Amino acid sequence: MEALLATAIAILTACGIFLMLRPRTFSLVLGLTLLSYAVNLFLFASGRLRMDAPPLIREGAAYTDPLPQALVLTAIVIGFGMTAYLVMLALRALSESGDDSVDAKEKT
Amino acid sequence: MQPDLLLIAIILTALFASPLPLLLQRFGRKFASFGAAGVMAACLALLAPLVPAAMDGVTLVAGFAWLPDWGLAFSLRLDGLGLMFSLLILGIGLLVVLYAHYYLPETDRLGRFFFLLLLFMAAMLGVVLSENLLLLVVFWEITSLSSFLLIAYKRSQHESRLAARIAFAVTGGGGLALLAGVLLLGHIAGSFELTQVLAAGERIRAHDLYAPMLILILLGVFTKSAQFPFHFWLPQAMAAPTPVSAYLHSATMVKAGVFLLARLHPALAGSELWFWLVSGTGAVTLVYAAYIAFYRYDLKGLLAYSTISHLGLITLLFGLDTPLSVVAGVFHIINHAIFKASLFMAAGIVDHECGTRDMRRVNGLFKFMPVTATLAIVAAGSMAGVPLLNGFLSKEMFFAETVGHPVFNEINWLLPAFATLAGILAVAYSARFIHDVFFNGDPIDLPRQPHEPPRWMRAPVEVLVVLCLLVGIFPQWSIAPILHVAATAVLQHELPPFHLAIWHGFNAPFMMSLVALGGGIALYAMRHPLYAFYGRLPSIHASIVFERFHNGLAEFSAVLVKRLDNASLQRYLALFFAFVLALGYWAWFSAPASAQPAMTQPADAASAVALLMLALAASGVVVLHRQRLTAIVFASVIGLIVALIFVRFSAPDLALTQLAVEVVTIVLLLLALYYLPPAAPAEDSMPRIARDAALAIAAGAGLGATAYVMLTSPFDTISGFYLAQSVPGGGGSNAVNVILVDFRGFDTLGEITVLAMVGLAAHALLDKLILNAPTVDGEGRRWSAERHPLFLQMLMRPLLPLALMVSVFIFLRGHNLPGGGFVAGLVTGVALILQYLASGIGFASARLPQRLPLFLAAGLAAAAGVGAAAWAFGFPFLTTAHCHVTLPLLGDIELASAMIFDLGVYLVVVSVVLMVLAELGKLSAQEGVKN
Repeated sequence: MEALLATAIAILTACGIFLMLRPRTFSLVLGLTLLSYAVNLFLFASGRLRMDAPPLIREGAAYTDPLPQALVLTAIVIGFGMTAYLVMLALRALSESGDDSVDAKEKT
Repeated sequence: MQPDLLLIAIILTALFASPLPLLLQRFGRKFASFGAAGVMAACLALLAPLVPAAMDGVTLVAGFAWLPDWGLAFSLRLDGLGLMFSLLILGIGLLVVLYAHYYLPETDRLGRFFFLLLLFMAAMLGVVLSENLLLLVVFWEITSLSSFLLIAYKRSQHESRLAARIAFAVTGGGGLALLAGVLLLGHIAGSFELTQVLAAGERIRAHDLYAPMLILILLGVFTKSAQFPFHFWLPQAMAAPTPVSAYLHSATMVKAGVFLLARLHPALAGSELWFWLVSGTGAVTLVYAAYIAFYRYDLKGLLAYSTISHLGLITLLFGLDTPLSVVAGVFHIINHAIFKASLFMAAGIVDHECGTRDMRRVNGLFKFMPVTATLAIVAAGSMAGVPLLNGFLSKEMFFAETVGHPVFNEINWLLPAFATLAGILAVAYSARFIHDVFFNGDPIDLPRQPHEPPRWMRAPVEVLVVLCLLVGIFPQWSIAPILHVAATAVLQHELPPFHLAIWHGFNAPFMMSLVALGGGIALYAMRHPLYAFYGRLPSIHASIVFERFHNGLAEFSAVLVKRLDNASLQRYLALFFAFVLALGYWAWFSAPASAQPAMTQPADAASAVALLMLALAASGVVVLHRQRLTAIVFASVIGLIVALIFVRFSAPDLALTQLAVEVVTIVLLLLALYYLPPAAPAEDSMPRIARDAALAIAAGAGLGATAYVMLTSPFDTISGFYLAQSVPGGGGSNAVNVILVDFRGFDTLGEITVLAMVGLAAHALLDKLILNAPTVDGEGRRWSAERHPLFLQMLMRPLLPLALMVSVFIFLRGHNLPGGGFVAGLVTGVALILQYLASGIGFASARLPQRLPLFLAAGLAAAAGVGAAAWAFGFPFLTTAHCHVTLPLLGDIELASAMIFDLGVYLVVVSVVLMVLAELGKLSAQEGVKN
């Protein structure tokens, strides 16, 4: 099971980073989204994988570690904020420079 | 008041009252001056009750902890040396305020000037009264900063700004060296408190790090006190207004360096290295600067080099390192401060009344200003070391100490001869100052007709010259007590007996004085051939050298930046990832191998299938990323699988959040895609793709391997507390939610603040943005004319109350079951966005509140407010309370104040989602209107 999750993290990281290195803003946004998934899963994994043990307090139950979950929850929302910000920057750049390339062009 | 409180009050008063003149200048420049003088007088008044004890040799240490972990304490020390310096700083400060009031032009409102001057004074008092060495360095830096601002006081002049920059580069750089040295010293001595450091002299000198530490500290000292070869900033600093030169650059700030020599004497002195470095530097500076001073025709330039020379003398005295040479050094600090401040003021008067201070033009002023001339002549006599004046006494002590110094037993004539040479030069430049300015024919082509200055402008000079005479004629009565207690504080042991008197008989020092006087006058008499000779020498201007060096550095950095910074995000990111990878792999391979066996759980078929789908979707995004709509669809598949992973591994809250965020993100990306080109050209070269793929695979493998090792290694958590306290302490059974809104509420507050910034950024970035809305899609088809399909509209409207009800439900149960403010906010946001999508921006905007930033602010205020409310009950920020209430229909409900916090979270999330998406949507609405 651990190997599966680790593989998932590896795939998402690799695809995310590859996309982030593309020359267009939209690919960058997509890549960042994938990388965020990977990082969130990685953080989540720091609490180890436990099934049927949600951290909801009740009689005689087992619990998984709630702390990484709390961290990841805000990370997901912040990740949305970051994606949104990036999209807005991309649109702003589109309106200023007329194309969606990530690299600044020499003014001609 | 208690002595220790008084001591702290002196520094705090000086620091916090320094802006007073700025506030008072609106009433007139007189008020600004009185304010400045008032602050100094207040400090003196606070100091007065402490004087008797300090004069008895008692060391007062007071203060409070500041950053105890770093060894930094706000601790102060008043002993003889600190007292002597404080009196000099405050006394001369008061005279300088009076002088500056008349010196600076009527149009100057003086607020800024006196603010800076007071700031400097406060820092200088801090330097001389610090017990903690780190605190001393802090004040030391403030003196450099305020000196920078004061030199550049005439900020419209390029020359002033350049001079300020040079001074700051030199003294600031020295300050850094000093900091490093002090850190080493504290490390060696085991404390930054002077009391401990001064007592650890033996241990410090025997330590391996003694030499580097001493050199670093001496760098600080020599740059501040303008010792050769760092002296060049001081003549440049004469671009400052003359009161500043008199105060900072002769009487006080430049003395900070030699002060430190005195202060740290018991800890650092007494080694060969100290002797050679300190006395060597001092001796070279003493003679070199005196030689240059003789050739200056700028009045202030002459005084500046003379100051450097006298600082060299003081440094030399501390370097000679005999008890009496230390006494002479302390004595000369006082004497030099008194006569040099008066000389600068006199030079300022000449400049002020003549409009120039060029000695080739300013001649014969005795006729025009006999009183000022007499005062200046007396002060210059003191500078030359003429009997009956204070400068004579310390110079005699200096001569006496050079005769028979133990280190020069073999060649015992060398040091006295050197000292006499310095004396000759000092007499020569003093003679030039007197003769050239006040006699030597008539003035040549002065811009103004010179006359005596205003009565009160001359008063400070009179006071100082009277002091020169008092100390010079009645030393035992006037200066001996404070000198004794100050020198004792420097040496930290009883002084050998010495007697201050004008007449010690026909001994070697007296003969040396006579030779110096005679030789100096003879040298001045031969000045014309000497000037001609000097004029033929190539001249090096420190400012030009410095500018060249400075510009060279700037050009070098510009080239370097241009090389590295080609404005390509692709390159930056590639470099960044490569660097992080290198770090990661280095850490991986340098870590010790774990002996623990891996702990794994068996995989099942469903998980394997999920992984396969994830892999397919991810490669789909990568392969098809240039067909953007398809890529979004693939990305959403990944999001769903991630949500499933959360469900599987006991994280229902995360799954809910991930799902909601997924919806919002997809809507966002689709909106963006409306403007962005729907497809991207294939423009990457194969090598670049190969490079990026290699980077990406290396990174993926690294993070995956790290995750695997982490997942299979033994587990230890700090979460036991959270689980145990969730119900009794936080009043909720959903531990994740309780952590978010209660235990780690401060983090969450920070996070929703970041979100709020995104919302505001949406407002700022997208407002008034003009984008060309495409009229056709990627394949050249026109967009549908029917903007809002009726079916969708009709379906969405009844859905809204249902969706809102769900979000209220999710919100309310969040404290105990999966849910909470984040998820509820996202659900509400999605429900409202659906209305925008289905019915158009006009329809939705008319029915929804327009002032979304207000909601954002309300959310933040609720979260922060409920946290602050805890203060009212005497608890720390964000302490929560909870209780049970029974409501009709709903039954027993546990209410926690954390719910209000969660409500704040909810409001922020809803507003941000709406602000981002609605702003994007509005773009299309504007375009729609235009089309």
